[in-house]
Amino acid sequence: MTESTMKAPKKALRPVKWMRENLFSGWFNTVLTLGVAYMLVTSVGPLLNWFFLDANFVGADASDCTGAGACWLFISQRLNFFIYGFYPDELQWRVDAMFLLLAIAFVPQFIERFPGRKWLGLFGIFGLPVVGYFLIPGGSFGLEQVQSSKWGGLMLTLILAYIGIVASLPIGILLALGRRSEMPIIRGICVVFIEVWRAVPLITVLFMASVMLPLFLPEGVNFEKLARALIGITLWQSAYMAEVIRGGLQAIPRGQYEAADALGLGYWRKTGLVILPQALKMVIPGIVNTFISLFKDTTLVLIIGLFDILGTVQSTVTDPAWQNVAIEGYVFVAFCFWVFCFGISRYSQNLERKLDTGHKT
Amino acid sequence: MKKQTIDTRPAGPKPWYDPRVRSLFFQAIAIALVFWGGWVLVDNTLSNMQSRGISTGFGFLNETAGFGIIMNLVPYDATMSYGRTFWVGLTNTLLVSAMGVVAATILGFIIGVARLSSNWLVAKMALVYIEVIRNIPLLLQIFFWYFAVLSNLPSPRQSVDVGGAMFLNNRGLYLPEPMTQEGFGIVWGGILLAIAAVVGVRVWAKKRQLATGQIFPTFKVGVAILVFVPVISYLVAGRPLDWELPALRGFNFGGGITIIPELAALWIALSLYTASFIAEIVRSGILSVSKGQTEASKALGLPNGLTLRLVVIPQAMRVIIPPLTSQYLNLVKNSSLATAIGYPDLVAVFMGTTLNQTGQAVEVVAITMAVYLTISLLISLFMNIYNRAVAIKER
Repeated sequence: MTESTMKAPKKALRPVKWMRENLFSGWFNTVLTLGVAYMLVTSVGPLLNWFFLDANFVGADASDCTGAGACWLFISQRLNFFIYGFYPDELQWRVDAMFLLLAIAFVPQFIERFPGRKWLGLFGIFGLPVVGYFLIPGGSFGLEQVQSSKWGGLMLTLILAYIGIVASLPIGILLALGRRSEMPIIRGICVVFIEVWRAVPLITVLFMASVMLPLFLPEGVNFEKLARALIGITLWQSAYMAEVIRGGLQAIPRGQYEAADALGLGYWRKTGLVILPQALKMVIPGIVNTFISLFKDTTLVLIIGLFDILGTVQSTVTDPAWQNVAIEGYVFVAFCFWVFCFGISRYSQNLERKLDTGHKT
Repeated sequence: MKKQTIDTRPAGPKPWYDPRVRSLFFQAIAIALVFWGGWVLVDNTLSNMQSRGISTGFGFLNETAGFGIIMNLVPYDATMSYGRTFWVGLTNTLLVSAMGVVAATILGFIIGVARLSSNWLVAKMALVYIEVIRNIPLLLQIFFWYFAVLSNLPSPRQSVDVGGAMFLNNRGLYLPEPMTQEGFGIVWGGILLAIAAVVGVRVWAKKRQLATGQIFPTFKVGVAILVFVPVISYLVAGRPLDWELPALRGFNFGGGITIIPELAALWIALSLYTASFIAEIVRSGILSVSKGQTEASKALGLPNGLTLRLVVIPQAMRVIIPPLTSQYLNLVKNSSLATAIGYPDLVAVFMGTTLNQTGQAVEVVAITMAVYLTISLLISLFMNIYNRAVAIKER
């Protein structure tokens, strides 16, 4: 037996070891670390001051914004406008009810093992638009009517994104099936439709919807501005949706099609019972991602004169009663969008990980 | 004896169960629907335009436009035609798109590599950048740069002065403009000669390497040729280049090249936004190259730089190119947001002012959409050609 035993390697303190490996390995990394750290230190202080320490939170109007920092008063004073637009104050409970239903339908989706969350999700997709159709514009069930020109703010942003995605889903499915069809003419029509819409920017589509749609329709038929924007957004979005769903259809192994054929199922039953359930499940993350990009793109409607959340903020930052509040307004909108988009994208990444089981051969 | 022949073959399907007949039937219906829909649209449009007194046809392109445009790459003034406004808008769109593609690609590759850096701080900063920028609408970012940052710059009289040659204020960035004098053709000749020489050296070096295995420092020699030949020809020609400096005249600057704040805001926002997407594409592309490739290259004795250049990047590019193409397309399409801040791009000039003045919505929208369609198809085409060149060649 040998007496000599190897000594355990000298243990550096863990944080020190970690820093040496991850921050100061080699001269290049050290320089990088120091440079980035210097930038952080010099910028975080002033930013913190502007956001919180020197900022103004209480008061009634612009004259109370005395500090050097941000004037958050501007946001809190105009918050009602940013969320509801011109929706009448006494009727805003309807919008609140929709927000509540939206939360009830979708917040449980983040919590695993929440009882009945699947049904809540289905209600969110199919039931909520119906409820909203009666609740928000009113005009039936004894509810007072509110013209769509009075809708605005965050509410309008959500309506645009929501209807855009829900309406484009069935059209997208049909287009995707058409593009994979064996009939050359149907395939050709679908390819042209998809590629043309995907090639043009949304802004031209919105211009077209607001300028040309009235020309296309027979005399006497006319839509409100919001409806025209929604038609444009839906057509444009359905082309993107079709491409996402096509990805799912292509990923289904051939055997599934052949098995369905062997069972004697016709085209629609084969598609509806065998192919689509698998394909759609596979592309849920893709659908969520297109939803995120549509959600961001809804801001474009302000160019054709609708007041979405960015539109309401943009119209108030030029208000002479408040001076130099542009940054506060933009930071507020950015924060709203960031919370929604980041939350949803995290959810879709989670989903992707969970659904990634056994589909890939 | 009478022989009865019994046809044992199964009767063919009834014609309405025959897939070929069905397919013909449905396609005929589809064609009929498309033509009917198209006819209804055209009919409605024509009768609507007639009742509103809108003229049709492309004759308006030759009429005098009568409005000014704040930035033009092709010569333009208000007396020129609507057709000219189209070219002004188109060149402005192409300019900001090209600038955006270059900047977004460079920035995106840097951030994508930084995201994979072994330096924890750098990797996290890249992550924060990506997650913040790509979750905020582009239009908001354009507004932020235009209304919150660039319009808060000092006025022309207090402008930021960089060495008396460059000036930055809330009317734009003013740069000195190179003015070519007589004899500059010699310099152009030098530049062309240098490019030809570099190509020649590259071909020769490759041939020599294939024949003898010796590596020639093509890159260093190429850079040297590209720098020295034009410089020498510039000196030989007697420095035929003057710089026109911008100078304060009254309330504003004159002379030199002006980058208007609309262009700057759009360019910055487009580049930063697209870079965040490109960074993620680059990251996933580099990660898709399996570790075994790097290890094999190390085992062959290639140093880190060559491993990256000869083994990792060529394979990563295959994964990167297709999504990168669609990001370029997105950037070109997103450049149409210019209209929100008044940068005179195709949509703002042609689909905005020209459409409003002439009222010929159908023609203008059709032309604009055709332009974007063409740009999209061209970019896809070039990228497909490139993609085919780098794709795995199965033998």
